[in-house]
Amino acid sequence: MNPYVPAFIGTVTKYVFIESPEYTPSDLALRAYEVSEGLMIKETCFGLQVTGSPDEVGRVVTSLRSIDPNHIFVKDRGFPPGDPRRCRANLGGARPGYYGHEFEVSSVIPYVSHGLEVLEGMDEKEFSELEMMPGKPGLRIPDVLDVKRLKELMDAEEL
Amino acid sequence: MKIFLYPATSLILSDLVERWGHEPLSAALPIRERIQTAGFESPPLQITPDDPKRGLRYAAVEVPSGIRGRMALYGPLIEEAEAAVIITDADLAFGCMGCARTNELILYLIREREIPVLDLTYPKNEEEGVVFVGAIRKFLADLNGGGGE
Repeated sequence: MNPYVPAFIGTVTKYVFIESPEYTPSDLALRAYEVSEGLMIKETCFGLQVTGSPDEVGRVVTSLRSIDPNHIFVKDRGFPPGDPRRCRANLGGARPGYYGHEFEVSSVIPYVSHGLEVLEGMDEKEFSELEMMPGKPGLRIPDVLDVKRLKELMDAEEL
Repeated sequence: MKIFLYPATSLILSDLVERWGHEPLSAALPIRERIQTAGFESPPLQITPDDPKRGLRYAAVEVPSGIRGRMALYGPLIEEAEAAVIITDADLAFGCMGCARTNELILYLIREREIPVLDLTYPKNEEEGVVFVGAIRKFLADLNGGGGE
């Protein structure tokens, strides 16, 4: 058995995913470099990986999220970026866990972003009046057709 | 509050729980603890022979070591959790890194804890997206005593 000497002890790594029509991972990376102090930042095809002290990572992630809150999603990562046990450069194929992220980012996040946008428009009183649906998971939302959405439907009909 | 997520690797759940001021208990936390602890090399996840022994707290000795090893990661999170959000149709929880029997045991142990649990399915259109996000926000707000964000 070989001894194991861990790297990056005491650090945290966070994934920052972006699925935005207005911003790209490079925009995020630029902002991260602007606001960070002593963090390791890796730009990827889906966003960034940010590694460093928990407080500093938290501060930078909060700043990044404010760019486009409804289209930026953050989660913890156990491994630091480029770790040979996880990096696809060493494994030859998708990184373990990639397919889970791919499913959520491509198939679910657009709907979640829409949900966040709709709820953003509600004030606290309006939201607190919503009730959970009895016997079904989820929330009863009043059937309101957004004006923007109605315009899109009308435009599509005219084509 | 500490919220257990199922699937524990879910990006969406982890983000929404953190976004509304709670602490998500995801798979990354016990993995990070292991890979940042010195010892003997045991790639890829630094799951050592001690972990299936720790898993005996949650599963019997005749249960495969893979389940006990996984429970050494998830079991303490379930014990720590004060509430849970579960996605019931998460196929990604089963595959090369997941285990169907471990998943059954995780869900059973969450129910046994009798903590507040929110069951959801992944949204498949924009309307369901609103319902999904709203349900999580409402659930988390109610945990705070209905105080919202």
